[in-house]
Amino acid sequence: MSTPKFVGVETEYGIAVDGPSPVNPVLASSMVVGAYRAVGEGDVRWDHTDESPQRDARSGVVPAPGEPMIDDELGLANTVLTNGARFYVDHAHPEYATPECTNARDLVVWDRAGELILADAAERAAASLPPGSRVLIHKNNTDGKGAAYGTHENYLVPRTVPFGRLTRQLLPFFVSRPLYTGAGRIGSELDRGVGFQLTQRADFFEVELGLETTLKRPLMNTRDEPHADPDRYRRLHVINGDANLCEVATFLKVGTMLLLLDAIEDDALPAVPVLAEPVAAFHAVSHDLTGRVELPLEAGGSATPLALQRWYLDAVRRYVKDRAQPLEAVEEEVLTRWEAVLDTAEEDPRLLAGQVDWATKLELLEGYRQRHDLDWDSDRLKMVDLQYHDVRTDKGLYHRLAARGRVERLVDDAEVAAAVHRPPEDTRAWFRGECIRRFRTQVVAAGWDALVLDAGRDSLQRVPMMEPGRGTRAQVGSLLDEVDDIAGLLQRLRG
Amino acid sequence: MSDGGQSQRRGDEQSPDEAVEQAPVEGGDAQARDVVDDVDELLDEIDDVLEENAEEFVRGYVQKGGQ
Repeated sequence: MSTPKFVGVETEYGIAVDGPSPVNPVLASSMVVGAYRAVGEGDVRWDHTDESPQRDARSGVVPAPGEPMIDDELGLANTVLTNGARFYVDHAHPEYATPECTNARDLVVWDRAGELILADAAERAAASLPPGSRVLIHKNNTDGKGAAYGTHENYLVPRTVPFGRLTRQLLPFFVSRPLYTGAGRIGSELDRGVGFQLTQRADFFEVELGLETTLKRPLMNTRDEPHADPDRYRRLHVINGDANLCEVATFLKVGTMLLLLDAIEDDALPAVPVLAEPVAAFHAVSHDLTGRVELPLEAGGSATPLALQRWYLDAVRRYVKDRAQPLEAVEEEVLTRWEAVLDTAEEDPRLLAGQVDWATKLELLEGYRQRHDLDWDSDRLKMVDLQYHDVRTDKGLYHRLAARGRVERLVDDAEVAAAVHRPPEDTRAWFRGECIRRFRTQVVAAGWDALVLDAGRDSLQRVPMMEPGRGTRAQVGSLLDEVDDIAGLLQRLRG
Repeated sequence: MSDGGQSQRRGDEQSPDEAVEQAPVEGGDAQARDVVDDVDELLDEIDDVLEENAEEFVRGYVQKGGQ
């Protein structure tokens, strides 16, 4: 019987300042985060106490050097929002990490809320730059010139699930999922013959397994930093995905993983089709627009990405049929959409335009390319590629398509707008976000697994939150309603 | 792979209804609109909103590597 899962997604956004004087991207990112932070009455710092990004899920592996923490010690903005999200500067990019969610639909809502926050923050930041300056933010993962930046999914799984099993059973899944998770891009880092490929990030992956995230990027990341009770949980840190604008893509990216992780936890998958060379296969899948490229298997023979996805869908369907737990409505929708997307891809993957990013963007690029008779290496065409990811609703081409009803939506704008300010109600993010909203001046710092509170005494009080499922509205809503300040809250928590 | 001619599924040979089925839309107005005109309008709109000095902007778009 699988345990409840929690998911959050962190996105490093692309940033460009256009104006009379150049602005260093680290400073620009800090201005963006700082400008948004200034909206509130005060600043809630990030609490680093329990962070250890160099801890490795594999035993006996010496932590690799070279990932210095860039944080508020360097004077960079790093804060926590009333919706429970973290908003900060990482590696010269503004980064938004969603609050913890229990399901794929909520994740879509709070991920999209991040886009609104970035658009708002960029506009505010531009106002403090010399006249004529603009700050442009893109929800993308590469500049097309050799730099990549991340969109990482985080899934909480019980520590009892062996890491080796996760790796073995997930690698063929990661390699084949770009059919619906890819955000698409013109060109390639590896093959000049590639005009357009499924993913933004595949070319930047070099090894199967490892701790690094900025160099020698691994398909399976071994960072072991649960941000929760380390004896009970591990956080699976998935770094191989793209940033998605299409809601269907985000929904499937996360929804399929949540179901698959349940099946892996219950050890319910049959022997997976192990790939002979997962990294080469990941590149091949990204460079192929048919879904039918043959990927060599370790046991001999080969499988296409479509066949691999079909294998996982069938295995998960059998698992949910056999398990005692009933299927939640959102999980049902994940399975239905997963199957529909594979059926469409079976016919022609390009028919996924309007549902997944790479196909939506490719259709746009093809139309524009033909109208203006452009080559794939045309800079104007590359601008269309880039501007697809612009977070401004009046300029971003994804948003223009959405406004014309040409992409399928899963959540409504009012829900997303509310999620800019409000946390999910069914995780500890609710306690974090609501404490900040109600008692901002008394919340000194917040992290994923703790709040540091100032009750007006000599020392600050640290409230640990080691269980992501505790601190929900159902559990602490009335308690928060009944207290007037942090001192009252602490008194009630102790009592 | 720049094989051209493969992006015509919303082109002349296809009825609006088929395209609507593939990419469900909200609101009756969009559904009723002629698909070919819609593509043309969309491409017009891209020309309108595309970054001025697009070539220059793309060449200058250089990001620091991240995670």
